[in-house]
Amino acid sequence: MHAEAVVRKPLVTGGKTVHDVTEDICIRVEQAPAKSWYAAMAVSLALLGYGAYAVFTLVWEGIGSWGLNKTVGWAWDITNFVWWVGIGHAGTLISAILLLFRQRWRMSINRAAEAMTIFAVICALQFPLLHMGRPWIGAIWALPLPNTYGSLWVNFNSPLLWDVFAISTYFSVSLVFWYIGLVPDFATIRDRATGLSKKIYGTLALGWDGAAKTWSRYETVALVLAGLATPLVLSVHTIVSFDFATSVIPGWHTTIFPPYFVAGAIFSGFAMVLTLMIVTRRVYKLEDYITIEHISLMNIIIMVTGSIVGVAYITELFIAWYSGVEGEQYAFFNRALGPYWWAYASMMTCNVISPQLFWFKKIRTSIAATFVISIIVNIGMWFERFVIIVTSLHRDFLPSSWAMFYPTWVDVGVYIFTFGLFFTCFFAFAKFFPVINMAEVKSIIKATGEKKK
Amino acid sequence: MSDGNKNFVLGVFDDEDVLLKAIAQVRQGGVKIHEVFSPFPVHGIDDVLGYKRSRLSIAAFLFGLLGTTLALTMQIGMMTVDWPMIVGGKDFLPFPTFIPVTFELTVLLGAFGMVGTFFVVSDLKPWAKPRIFDLRITDDKHIVAVDLDKNNMSEADIKKALADAGAQEVNNKQFD
Repeated sequence: MHAEAVVRKPLVTGGKTVHDVTEDICIRVEQAPAKSWYAAMAVSLALLGYGAYAVFTLVWEGIGSWGLNKTVGWAWDITNFVWWVGIGHAGTLISAILLLFRQRWRMSINRAAEAMTIFAVICALQFPLLHMGRPWIGAIWALPLPNTYGSLWVNFNSPLLWDVFAISTYFSVSLVFWYIGLVPDFATIRDRATGLSKKIYGTLALGWDGAAKTWSRYETVALVLAGLATPLVLSVHTIVSFDFATSVIPGWHTTIFPPYFVAGAIFSGFAMVLTLMIVTRRVYKLEDYITIEHISLMNIIIMVTGSIVGVAYITELFIAWYSGVEGEQYAFFNRALGPYWWAYASMMTCNVISPQLFWFKKIRTSIAATFVISIIVNIGMWFERFVIIVTSLHRDFLPSSWAMFYPTWVDVGVYIFTFGLFFTCFFAFAKFFPVINMAEVKSIIKATGEKKK
Repeated sequence: MSDGNKNFVLGVFDDEDVLLKAIAQVRQGGVKIHEVFSPFPVHGIDDVLGYKRSRLSIAAFLFGLLGTTLALTMQIGMMTVDWPMIVGGKDFLPFPTFIPVTFELTVLLGAFGMVGTFFVVSDLKPWAKPRIFDLRITDDKHIVAVDLDKNNMSEADIKKALADAGAQEVNNKQFD
């Protein structure tokens, strides 16, 4: 029967019963949103609107409206793409890897983290799509479909095409994983709702009746999906890193990139989960479900992955020196001490030093400190991608073509567009969907509730 | 899932440990259980109900295999047979570069195939009209449904067996 080690802290506090879980979560969906929700949604829509104007300008005028030049042919577009994909990783990691490891603390946070994954990948997809110039054609050309020019196929030797398959598979599987988890909770809302809501949630619930046979199959599906998604999580950022690692550019073609990118992705993903969860738990008063213990455990993951990223930075420097290749050595010298030294210094400070503060329990269990550090980590991870991409390109093999990159308002605007898109989607999710996986949390109430131990 | 039966006796439980013991007890007493409904998955319920392990993982494997075959056929067909072209000094059959796409399609078809099979075998579809035995099933109660038409015991005996096993309430449920 249920047994839990005494050293484990309760995962649901406040002496909640199973019925309390239904009430606490469903009420957010059933009641009209608070004023703060409208305010947050208005800001998100304003960002989305401004960003949409930048996207329109980009499509209308072309990629020339970006600050790219002959030397720096990739800058904010791929930086933002890799950053958003990385952010998505925590959601699938929480649902898949932590499920396989039987980590029950994932249950209060997996729903929102998976939603974050979906929205982050949607944001990431904007960049490869828009950088094609004519996305309505480019999106089709990226797929292995017969075209009007005869037997001209996509190039399966290209890591950019591997990206198309990796990201689209990642997105689809994450979406399915998320939806499967939502079905029993939609049924709970359906059975409480009336009128149009009952019809909508009834359709979404797919006729879920809670039968033991269905639950048994459901658990098999969840476990096998986790087994399939676990290597997928690791493969996606590995494949994204191949965009660089399989090239010949000094500073890019390093074998450490796949694991280093995966660690960085989990690092930034957990930081974003924390940023969102700290706000969500406060606004929706979910302190009993997303406890200090949850925040502390996520901070430990940030600390570990931040340390892996730190070791990777140092390894890169060492290998550049040890390789004896002049171009490689210069690329790293230029990164640290060249004109973009400030970006490198920001990356080092944010990613290597700030997560080390989580060694201190007081900081690890402080909401305010966690919130600030989670944002610092995300800034640092953006700089990491910027440093890798721009500093490796701006001083290439020919000093005569050396150049600097300066973003235009369109570069900034398209980035803002994705922020608007992300937060609009997230706030809509927080209003219309159950933000906490009720069925899963109910299953641990007895085993980990503070009064029931 | 509807199988046309109309008359049921429902035993209502709110504790999963009591429920597991009760299922074993009433089955031992000769009561045939139609189905048990829960708001969350109860571990160990498959064993006490005598359910066999789901074969959905086999479906996932077979669909994954289909994905692998499809990916390799597509890539070899396009890059090696239909339009052989040396790109970046790689061979006409650059097998290592086929691995990422093969892996992704294996996962994609495995996941979608398994989930699709799950929806079909569990009769989950957007237009489904489930028979709801008790609205509290999706809230906080576990319901043991016993089909009166499929049991040789009297209604009173079934109710007594459920009550003796620890049911908080024993109710009748009729469907039209």
